[in-house]
Amino acid sequence: MRAFLTNTIGGTLRPLANPRMSVGVGILLALVLLGLVGPMFVDVRLSEPISVRTNQPPSWAHPLGTDSGGRELIAVMIAGTPQTLKMGILAGFIGVLIGTFLGLISGYFGGWTDRIISAVTDTMLTIPPLAILLVVAAAVRAVNVESMALIIASLSWMYAARVVRAQTLSLREQSYVQMARLSGMGHMRILLAEIFPNMVPIAFASLVGATSGAILSGMGLEVLGLGPQNVPTLGMTIYWALLYAAFSRGMWWWWTPPVLILVLLFLALFLISSALDDFANPRLRSSR
Amino acid sequence: MSWSYVLRRIAMFFAVVLCAVTVNFIVPRLAPGDPTAAVLEQLLSRGQQVEGAADIVAAYRARFGLDDPMIVQYLRYVGNTLTLDLGTSISYFPQSVTSQILTALPWTIGLLAISTVIAFGLGSVVGALLAWPGSPHFVRSFAPFLMVLSAIPYYLLALIVLYVLAIWPGWFPLGGAYSGSAPSFSLNGLLDLLYHGFLPGLSIVLAGVGFWALGMRGAMIGVLGEDYLTLAEGKGLSPRRIFFGYAMRNALLPQVTSLAIALGTAASGSVLVEVAFNYPGIGYLLFNALKSSDYFLIQGVAFFLVLTVALSVLVLDLIYPLLDPRIRRQ
Repeated sequence: MRAFLTNTIGGTLRPLANPRMSVGVGILLALVLLGLVGPMFVDVRLSEPISVRTNQPPSWAHPLGTDSGGRELIAVMIAGTPQTLKMGILAGFIGVLIGTFLGLISGYFGGWTDRIISAVTDTMLTIPPLAILLVVAAAVRAVNVESMALIIASLSWMYAARVVRAQTLSLREQSYVQMARLSGMGHMRILLAEIFPNMVPIAFASLVGATSGAILSGMGLEVLGLGPQNVPTLGMTIYWALLYAAFSRGMWWWWTPPVLILVLLFLALFLISSALDDFANPRLRSSR
Repeated sequence: MSWSYVLRRIAMFFAVVLCAVTVNFIVPRLAPGDPTAAVLEQLLSRGQQVEGAADIVAAYRARFGLDDPMIVQYLRYVGNTLTLDLGTSISYFPQSVTSQILTALPWTIGLLAISTVIAFGLGSVVGALLAWPGSPHFVRSFAPFLMVLSAIPYYLLALIVLYVLAIWPGWFPLGGAYSGSAPSFSLNGLLDLLYHGFLPGLSIVLAGVGFWALGMRGAMIGVLGEDYLTLAEGKGLSPRRIFFGYAMRNALLPQVTSLAIALGTAASGSVLVEVAFNYPGIGYLLFNALKSSDYFLIQGVAFFLVLTVALSVLVLDLIYPLLDPRIRRQ
């Protein structure tokens, strides 16, 4: 138990030395590399339908096999993984930006502003994100990666807003903030110059969670066939595999790679976020 | 329990429902094109003969009041939705959206409720044991395993479970909720339901247990430092009694709060699990609705999903004061 404690505390002081962090970052880098280096070895244009022979099991010619639509699956993975990452990070970033802004305002000003923003945040938290995304994506239909990121971001700001609000509440009472107020500094300047810089680690920690949530939502839409249609995505590959009964036809090579990559991605983000939590959330650190 | 607390929770329930109705109302109207024309086009594309399409569009616009001011349309839409009049399904024409959903909903609620309760209960006990100094050593070796599981979404876990336990060794059925054409209400029928529901349920439980265990471990560590535990120990109470009656009971409170928040994500996840297992709940209905672009049905499923979760959250919120006397007194 004592070894565990010292390890945890020591690890949180140097976040990169935390084993969870290094494994998580390692997996993430490997997936980024797949998208960067892959196109040098494999022609990603083969990820389009009807470009290779259909239903081929893995072989030297087709390392991950081909699907019933005539796509080279290794090309689909290489083209699709960066799209998933891009969508997730974009949506997560916008979501955290909105959340940080609302959390700062709500925690700093308090009163009715706080009550309204908090009520909206709590209400939004209980709505199943898929329900709203469905209605929007089914009405818009032709989405691309960027517009999907925007739609998903509008539903992924709540956790950031909550965390930032809680932190702002306690920072507001700090003596240096009170000093700034006494010296006649404007509200906007106090928020930006005195409070916001303290939020950066927390905002960064919630960025990882928001990205993971955004990829989860995006995957949900994609496996229902509502994702971007102009680029190959991991979720869409699972959708086609399910639609063409790849499971009962024994075409394991069709759906295993996207599932594996997504599992690795979620695992990496989880490890990073749990390591960052230890680092950014002092309350958690002292309680362990 | 104070009345203002109850009223506030009920107001929040209606806010959530109104929010869902409003999204359902606004989004299609933001999209370009005339809804009636779109429906007609769809009927035409399904090979149905429609004569005098322009007249029909005009007649329908008048009939459904599409030429009325927006606010009148909105209020009428809210009224219709709240009386569960969600229109007619196109893919299951002429059945109503509501009747389709009401046949599918019990499957979803059953699957989601049972597996969430199991995941919550099991996860909380395991999490509490993880933090408890007196628990056997092997319990702690679960922690990394649970962490990995909690990171994997329901849907992906469902696909893995489907392959590892059903397709590959053939131990479990590939999908559906019962053998034959309809579920039978006998002992064998019940066992058949369990046999079919086991894998979808297992994927939800596996994905959920880790989440609840990690949350409980955190809450339990917080409780362990409290003075009342030292007092209970000093009084000579049995460790079992301290564990369940003092430590776990207090650590459970924040878990119940997160249950309310996690239900939305859980419901979204279980909808996708149903798709993976062809389980006849609203997720499967939704998948078919999407395949045939049955927009009313898609909207209906979304609305019922929100309604179900909002109702469960309301019930949880009203139970919460019974668990936590501090809220009762406020």
